[in-house]
Amino acid sequence: MKTDVKNFLKYRYLLFNLISRDIKVKYRRSVLGLVWSILNPLLMMLVMTAVFSQIFKFDIPNFPLYYLIGSTVWGFFSEATNSCIMSILSASSLIKKVYIPKYIFPLEKIVFAFVNMLFSFIAVAIIFAITGTPLTWTALLIPVPMIYTLIFSAGMGLLLSALTVYFRDILHLYGVILTAWMYFTPIFYPINALPEFMQNLIKINPLYHYVSYTRDILMYNTVPSLETNLICIIYALVSLFVGIVVFKKLQKNFILYI
Amino acid sequence: MNIMSKNVIEVNNVTMRFNMSKENLDSLKEYFIKLVKRQLFFEQFTALSNVSFNIEKGDVFGIVGFNGAGKSTILKVISGILQPSEGSVKIDGTIAPLIELGAGFDMELTARENVYLNGTVLGLSPDFIDTKYDEIIDFAELQDFQDVAVKNFSSGMLARLGFAIATVVTPDILIVDEILSVGDFLFQQKCENRISEMMKNGTTVIIVSHSIEQIEKLCNKVIWLEKGKVKMLGETKEVCDAYKSVTK
Repeated sequence: MKTDVKNFLKYRYLLFNLISRDIKVKYRRSVLGLVWSILNPLLMMLVMTAVFSQIFKFDIPNFPLYYLIGSTVWGFFSEATNSCIMSILSASSLIKKVYIPKYIFPLEKIVFAFVNMLFSFIAVAIIFAITGTPLTWTALLIPVPMIYTLIFSAGMGLLLSALTVYFRDILHLYGVILTAWMYFTPIFYPINALPEFMQNLIKINPLYHYVSYTRDILMYNTVPSLETNLICIIYALVSLFVGIVVFKKLQKNFILYI
Repeated sequence: MNIMSKNVIEVNNVTMRFNMSKENLDSLKEYFIKLVKRQLFFEQFTALSNVSFNIEKGDVFGIVGFNGAGKSTILKVISGILQPSEGSVKIDGTIAPLIELGAGFDMELTARENVYLNGTVLGLSPDFIDTKYDEIIDFAELQDFQDVAVKNFSSGMLARLGFAIATVVTPDILIVDEILSVGDFLFQQKCENRISEMMKNGTTVIIVSHSIEQIEKLCNKVIWLEKGKVKMLGETKEVCDAYKSVTK
């Protein structure tokens, strides 16, 4: 444990450098650069608002905000786990030649996605200002659901990155799973638009809890109950525990499969 | 001679086995079919079997052997990239592996950005790289190309940059794997000078080379590997003469 910490401290600069590399490579030669991280969710929101509030006519007050908060939280989870999948495989040239703690690579993707989410929250703030929605003190709790989602995504990311080394099928399968998972999460529809048994089913979905937690404190000015918090924490910790255990067990043979 | 000679590397009965799946088991279905048929882990390839040797501080240790003898595998085991299936490796000190120069360069980034990225890959801190940055660029002779993306570099330029970064700290142990064949002869000389400078400062060096002349020139101890086993271990002259008599 102590050597683990020492090792991490030695390689923390690598972590920062990999993140800044990702940012640089992502926005190299684009005129607007980082602004895209804010602009993209806003444009997406315009499309979704046009489609869902005009065509499907869900009865959601302040749909732009409802959608944007949901899609920001979801977007973080989906980007983090999706980029984790390839993280070990695409670092194979490094892993084969230098000793580096291998969890650095999925961890870097998760932190990168998290930074992206922070920028997307600027878009959320802009919509708050434009729609004139009042914010109360409950909004100060925003780090809480962020950290829940971060831990949950980190566990999933570690798990997926390790398994994908052995089974490349996950690469192809996960895209489908993510799409199904997205529809299974109330991002652009209200949960009460569903029949009751579907509502109960959706409550198994951890992302449902993280998304509605964020909406509760930002839009509805309510503090989620102790029970909700416990559910969120348990999902996050179980995911992290499974992720770390599987990753630790599989990592020493990565090099034979990449 | 040092009376208190100290082992910086101890390799104890290292065996390295690889599972050889004839066809790549890349899919879940195949995996389960093989698992049920119990054919999964049948074929094994032993790259190293029961290899033991010690390297003392200040040694220049050569590894010779034909293709497939396990030379690169033992280097990877020593530098911690591979975990041995059996046995253990004890290392005392920092290692700079020059196994493949420029591993970890990102082709989209500039030379300057790659110096920092690659430096941190080797475990250096950004502050330290700041102080050494000019020295690295000077050594690599890339003053005019600092802000050019390295995808536009020639292979010689890449190798120069990689060598300059990897050798900017004087490590306790330097691992050199067939890399002195890069660049023009002037740069090769520069590399050899830097390596011999390190040797003078007490760095332990491990060299893998197919050029037996290079080994004879530089090393004081040589190990000869054949098909993963230690064929001979001893003084340079003895081992090299035996090795050459087979080659002829």
